[in-house]
Amino acid sequence: MQSERKIRVLIAKPGLDSHDRGAKVVARALRDAGMEVIYTGLRQTPEQIVETALQEDVNVIGLSILSGAHKALFPRIMALLKKKGLTDMMVFAGGIIPEEDIPEIKKLGIKEIFGPGTRTKTIIRFVFENVPKRT
Amino acid sequence: MFEKEKIDEIMKGRERWEKTTLPKWMEQRSERKSEFRNHSDMLTKRICTPEDIKDLEYMRDLGFPGEYPFTRGVHATMFRGRLWTMRLFSGYGAAEQTNQRFKYLLKEGETGLSIAFDYPTITGYDSDHPFARGEVGICGVAVASLKDMETLLDGIPLDKVTTSMTINGPAAMLLAMYVAVGDKQGVPREKLGGTTQNDMLKEYFAQKLCIFPPKPSLKLVTDIIEYCTRHLPKWNPISISGYHIREAGSNAVQELAFTLYDGIAYVESALERGLKVDDFAPRLSFFFASHNNFFEEIAKFRAARRLWAKIMKERFHAKNPRSMWMRMHVQTSGCTLTAQQPLNNIIRVTIQALATVLGGTQSLHTNSFDEALALPSEQAVRVALRTQQIIAHESGAADTIDPLAGSYYVEALTKEMEELAMEYIQKVDDMGGAIEAIEKGFFQKEIADSSYKYQRETDEKKRIIVGVNDYKTREETYPIPILRVDPKVEEEQVTRLQKLKRERDNRKVKEVLEKLHYTAEKDENLMPIIIDAVKAYTTLGEICGVLREIYGEYKELIII
Repeated sequence: MQSERKIRVLIAKPGLDSHDRGAKVVARALRDAGMEVIYTGLRQTPEQIVETALQEDVNVIGLSILSGAHKALFPRIMALLKKKGLTDMMVFAGGIIPEEDIPEIKKLGIKEIFGPGTRTKTIIRFVFENVPKRT
Repeated sequence: MFEKEKIDEIMKGRERWEKTTLPKWMEQRSERKSEFRNHSDMLTKRICTPEDIKDLEYMRDLGFPGEYPFTRGVHATMFRGRLWTMRLFSGYGAAEQTNQRFKYLLKEGETGLSIAFDYPTITGYDSDHPFARGEVGICGVAVASLKDMETLLDGIPLDKVTTSMTINGPAAMLLAMYVAVGDKQGVPREKLGGTTQNDMLKEYFAQKLCIFPPKPSLKLVTDIIEYCTRHLPKWNPISISGYHIREAGSNAVQELAFTLYDGIAYVESALERGLKVDDFAPRLSFFFASHNNFFEEIAKFRAARRLWAKIMKERFHAKNPRSMWMRMHVQTSGCTLTAQQPLNNIIRVTIQALATVLGGTQSLHTNSFDEALALPSEQAVRVALRTQQIIAHESGAADTIDPLAGSYYVEALTKEMEELAMEYIQKVDDMGGAIEAIEKGFFQKEIADSSYKYQRETDEKKRIIVGVNDYKTREETYPIPILRVDPKVEEEQVTRLQKLKRERDNRKVKEVLEKLHYTAEKDENLMPIIIDAVKAYTTLGEICGVLREIYGEYKELIII
């Protein structure tokens, strides 16, 4: 018999951007919703984020970025995940991300983008519904 | 201010009203909420009367503008003499682009410059460092060496325009570059006017752009204060900032208290350095946010001035009244602006800016309505500037000094905010000071809790945000032009920087870096050697690199 494992989420801040208010609120909301949440802290390189995801054995990653550097950083993170074989990881993102960039970001395999004003409940529900099933 | 008999009469009147008129109305129309609270979680009374300010003593608590305790303003004529400085924070792309934006803003009537640097600059990395990839010129302008600063300030007379630089970790290096450009323009150093934010303490718990650990950071802050006191009499060496504390999620009382506490820590550090309080305190400046709750913000600005004046007089025994005055810059609150229905942000900014003017600021940045979407477009910046000009010239709000003084509500709120802030100050004193509070994570935890509470209230619709959790529009079709920074900016900046590194006198650079190492180890004031270093075109990353070796790097204390 296998007991249901808790959802493990890594909330990560890629790049030099220091706006962590949203990341912390989301981390706390997911934790209050019963998930295990690891928060990376600021200024993480794509390599560090993927390494932490691997070490912590998470199945969900939430990326928060408000600096505009998502165009350079998201593709690198997604490529590294693929390289490490973490292809069933569910990745979502949030922050200040212009509408017109969203299709391109989703093409990378990032499942959803949450902009300013999103209710934490919306994110919680999204994670519950989209978390990859573990075997 | 009121005779006791008068207060008794009002009290009786109120009690009668509460038993007769009020219940009749309440039967027909109960109040919208069971209780009303402001952002700082203070209970807002139904109505204020002279009872609420019965202890107010006019001369002790308010006085006259330009005099202790400065509640009514720091200048005797306030905006009747000179309007506040309209200073819009700007910077993007390479130095040349921002230089053009500056010239545009000055032409449109802006009266002071304010530089936004990009993340690599703020965190002390050169544009060609691996950490800088994808970030060069994105969130501000890239300045890696004196060369960039020369381009940035090209054609701007530094003896006529004052400049504010939002820079903390590398404040000494950017100030050194500014001084070097001034020297080249032939402007005497005593004429250079402006501000370096240079407030490192709040970085550890609010803005979080740290390079070195708290103690060496405080040393660098104090180096700048000392250097400016001796050589740059018109420069504000520090802008003690509550803005970032508020934006990180604190409420108004926490913003007020933590900012003033940081101020206390800097004064103590400068005194320990051997400076005399009246020599440096007049040039300390402050920076606050202006959030949505109109009266709460006005009361905060007034309480801040009164409390700082008392601290300087009673705690630090300043004698010069200018040591007790709190001059402030204010920015409207970015985190209140919404991505939904962005034109509504113009109204929010107007309310916040009006509160700031009624609160008696010296300088104001109004946010652009596209704040929650991207860096401001030219159109959005213009509206932001025009908002200030309309308040200044059309509303009449700037024509009499401190017009809300004497309001039962505003005076009661001002007093209550002052008292609540004092409780926090006492608490931090008991902890052993600002650095200890940071190391214990006290400020961080307070801010994280407030921020989470605010979000929960918004989620649960206890707090209505128009267009976000209520009054939503199904289809949003405002066409807003978004400013984009060309990715070529990074490539070109890196090429320019590498060319500079090849072509400068590298022997001189090596010498000056060795001297910097030596001076830093000896714990002397680093400003003179940093000025020499930037003049030799040593880069920001190279200078910070040497100091990282000596001081180490700060490791974030993670608190969620």
